[in-house]
Amino acid sequence: MFRTALRNVLAHKARLLMTMLAVLLGVAFVSGTLVFTNTISQAFQKSSEKGFTNVDVAIKPDTDNDKRIGPAPHLSQRLLDRVSALPGVDSATGIVHGYTALSDKDGDTLRSGFSNAGANYYPGKDGKDARYPLRDGRGPRSADEVALDAKTADAGHYKVGDTIRLSVDGPVLSQKVTGIFTTDDGNVAAGGTLTLFDTATAQKLFDQPGQYSEIDIKAAAGTSQTALKAEVDKLLPKGDAKSYTGQKLSDDQARDIKNGTSTLRTVLLVFAGIALFVGIFIIANTFTMLVAQRTKELALMRAVGASRRQVTRSVLIEATLVGLVAGVAGMLAGIGIGAGLRSLLGSTGVTFPDGPLVITGGTIAISLAVAVGVTVLAAWLPGRRAAKIPPVAAMNSVHAVATTRSLVVRNTIGALFAGAGITAVLAGTTMEDGKGVMGLGAVVLLIGVFVLTPLLSRPIIAAADPLLRVFGMPGKLARQNAVRNPRRTAATASALMVGLTLITGLTVIAGSMQKSIDKMATDSLKADYVVSMGDMGAMPLSPEVAKKLATLDGVTASSPLRLADSRIDGEDENLVGVSGKSLDKLLQVDFEQGSFAALSAGKAVVDQDTAEDKGWKVGSTLKVTYEDRSTGTLTIAGVYHGNEMIRGLMVDNSVLTPHLREVKDFQVMVKTADGASDATKDRLEKALGENPAIQVQDKEDVSNDIAQMFTMMLNMLYGLLGMAVIVAVLGVVNTLAMSVFERSQEIGMLRAIGFDRRAIKRMVRLESLVISLFGGVLGIGLGIFFGWAAGEIIASSISTYELVLPWGRMGVFLLLAGLVGVLAALWPARRAAKLNMLAAIKA
Amino acid sequence: MTTTPYGAQTAPRTRVAAAVATDLTKVYGQGETQVVALDAVSVEFQQAEFTAIMGPSGSGKSTLMHCMAGLDTVSGGSARIGDTELTALKDKKLTQLRRDKIGFIFQAFNLLPTLNALENITLPMDIAGRKADKAWLDQVVATVGLSGRLKHRPNQLSGGQQQRVAVARALAGRPEIIFADEPTGNLDSRSGAEVLGFLRNSVRELGQTVVMVTHDPVAASYADRVVFLADGRIVDELRDPTAETVLDRMKRFDAKGRVS
Repeated sequence: MFRTALRNVLAHKARLLMTMLAVLLGVAFVSGTLVFTNTISQAFQKSSEKGFTNVDVAIKPDTDNDKRIGPAPHLSQRLLDRVSALPGVDSATGIVHGYTALSDKDGDTLRSGFSNAGANYYPGKDGKDARYPLRDGRGPRSADEVALDAKTADAGHYKVGDTIRLSVDGPVLSQKVTGIFTTDDGNVAAGGTLTLFDTATAQKLFDQPGQYSEIDIKAAAGTSQTALKAEVDKLLPKGDAKSYTGQKLSDDQARDIKNGTSTLRTVLLVFAGIALFVGIFIIANTFTMLVAQRTKELALMRAVGASRRQVTRSVLIEATLVGLVAGVAGMLAGIGIGAGLRSLLGSTGVTFPDGPLVITGGTIAISLAVAVGVTVLAAWLPGRRAAKIPPVAAMNSVHAVATTRSLVVRNTIGALFAGAGITAVLAGTTMEDGKGVMGLGAVVLLIGVFVLTPLLSRPIIAAADPLLRVFGMPGKLARQNAVRNPRRTAATASALMVGLTLITGLTVIAGSMQKSIDKMATDSLKADYVVSMGDMGAMPLSPEVAKKLATLDGVTASSPLRLADSRIDGEDENLVGVSGKSLDKLLQVDFEQGSFAALSAGKAVVDQDTAEDKGWKVGSTLKVTYEDRSTGTLTIAGVYHGNEMIRGLMVDNSVLTPHLREVKDFQVMVKTADGASDATKDRLEKALGENPAIQVQDKEDVSNDIAQMFTMMLNMLYGLLGMAVIVAVLGVVNTLAMSVFERSQEIGMLRAIGFDRRAIKRMVRLESLVISLFGGVLGIGLGIFFGWAAGEIIASSISTYELVLPWGRMGVFLLLAGLVGVLAALWPARRAAKLNMLAAIKA
Repeated sequence: MTTTPYGAQTAPRTRVAAAVATDLTKVYGQGETQVVALDAVSVEFQQAEFTAIMGPSGSGKSTLMHCMAGLDTVSGGSARIGDTELTALKDKKLTQLRRDKIGFIFQAFNLLPTLNALENITLPMDIAGRKADKAWLDQVVATVGLSGRLKHRPNQLSGGQQQRVAVARALAGRPEIIFADEPTGNLDSRSGAEVLGFLRNSVRELGQTVVMVTHDPVAASYADRVVFLADGRIVDELRDPTAETVLDRMKRFDAKGRVS
């Protein structure tokens, strides 16, 4: 049996080529993912371990303390001094860190998009900081000096002695570069920046004079980490600081890295799974054809005494062999991808710590198991069908006619599935929490459509008839050929449908989400500009910025948004500090009761949802405990309709600010006399010192930012789903090659009676186009339906959500499906045109 | 079936060659494995004549037909259909020539299973984008006796009926010459006789020119003239054959073959 199977595989290698390629691609995706994630995981862990070699115990502010309101206090100089004096301590390093954006020589943010960190250079007894070995120059010693990490310096072409512009929380500083250092810091390795100041400057800039964010302690020889920790713990202010052994920090970070890469791995494997799933259709098609072509041979085996089971087994052994060969090749390709991906990402700016390529036994085993498993699974049905061939078929000399076996049973099952699926999806849209029901419905509907595609192929392809008529006889024959083997056409189109359903669905959802978030961000905004700090405005601004903007000529109204923790009735509550007198000129918010005017009188306003949630009404008096533990009362004077951007308990800054330990603004809204214009924007930016890290954005800029985010996300998804589309293209190639092979006699006859090579090519190409467009139409249709249904659920949690159907994009997808058809037909059409007429006729 | 004016017009009894081979040579392979299939064959096929090509397996009879019909390339010599020299034509022109001037009937019928009988018959004209001559088409269909079955698909027709569709397809375009390759090879004797009858009628009554390759003496007896091939050469010719005279000649070649 095994030898027969092996011979069959060898005999049909050309016809198995596309199948093997499909499995190969899927497996390469899987093994590439595993190799890549294992490699970067190990590299990151190695590099993070190195980062902890000098840390035996670390002290950090205690952020988990529920009793405190507001951020944890920094660590004091006194604590550092006392820890340094402990007998088991070799050295203690006080660390300050925060955000620091650097300007490149053109005035843009250097290496933005990754972590832009700042810290202090803490020289030890020898005058050097062991954590940051200097490549050039010396460490920073005074307020106007900095040191840069080597990768950043190289990227920005900065040398020792250059002046660099940078900003921490608003004001722009010009500093002299005194040193360039190397570091194992993971963020720098991943493409971020690290800027070092002398300790006093860092403390001042990061708003914590005389204080530290962390204290790292190196134990004296003979003192264990745990013993040292016990000593250190005695000195710590209870509830405000905590200590950790270096081992624990290293383990925690290792775990975080593992979790991070395993999330990445899961995401990538999902897409690999989709590609493999698409491959199943191709494998099933191929084995169905091989079995059909070997009907006589298999019947002969049955006639001479092989059991049904043996026949099935021979097909499955063949599948196993195909899977193994494709699996080994795929695994090797995957290792290549894993290695290539790192350098590819490196060339786009994302870098990883160096480390060897990690190929585990697990990777090899999983790759091979997936390859064989998928192939055998897909060949299982054809194998069963082979067993049903009656022995008498061997004797039957009648030419096996392509069967159009009744599809009644199949269609009934398909209709039931599709009906149930649609019902479940629709039910999901009306339910409170319909995600599960809808997901299940989507899967059932998809199965139903797979089962129904042979039935759908006739009417849908018939609809293309008027178009095909233009091409005369080749068009007519192409249409008829496309529906000749409905099962095969269906499986081929389904493979393409899967990818396009996902692509279309995601596009619809993303487009609608973008619109809704855009609306949310801009609809209620009356201000001309929003000023924020850092990438996507994630970093706090110094209050100086708001002050400067408020007094600027031509600014008619402005207000910072200041967030602070507080406790009301024993529960944590965020307070939003604003400039009450100008808010009604900056925000377009509908009030249920009251208005922003109440803020200036020291009263509070709250959004409707929060008010309902807490049972607050206009007139309610709240007992508030502020960050500084002082208490006060707030009276609610207004209730407004909030949205995802503007919500919560708002008070005037004159009430809030006196209670804050550090004043940080998350954004400043500005209304100008002249309205938004390039000149106005220019003036605002100039007033802020042309700061590389501060964004001055009008509504359009905000929209563009949001659009850019979604475009990036979508492009990534398109890239990942591209593999599934490529596999589907292989499927179309495979089907056409099979069709050309099976119909070579007909093609020969057509050539004899008057089809020239071009007409033959055109016929094959049009068939390919018809099948691909069929898959495309189904996929896009389903995608829109799923996109709409998912939107119904999203709309229940996002008020501004509305369905956006990007028709232009869908047109592009349809064109893409057509392009797939044309490309896939290239090789089969050439083969068909080159067929030897005589050999074909006589066959 | 009555004679038509058209048939009468195109059935001149003057001797005009519809196809001519001159020193036609076809060689397969190279060096030691070289096989000479046609060895400088010169032969004419007259208009409005039914010619049968006979010969033992490997004699080159099919090769001769394929080369004359523009299905295969030649190694040397010339092959003409009417005034057109085939050896000078590129694939595109050659295809057009086959489409417009030549009709084909194959042993395996070679109909398109997706087209019904009528569509199969008009296929060459549809490919050319020409309208079929309705009256002529009706006559051809009536001649081969398919009037009631035009909407049937090939798999709903018997072998004999399928081959009659193929005959009608060859006749429908009024080609200058029809080449038939073992047209009765896959048919029982009754269906075979029917098909051969139609071919003979098309020559006698419609003035069609038919060249048929066969190894069956009975089939050859329907022809006006039989050309015998052996080892790639024309070895004999017979006019107004009967099955007996053909069989007789064949036997002689066999005997000669054994002696030589």
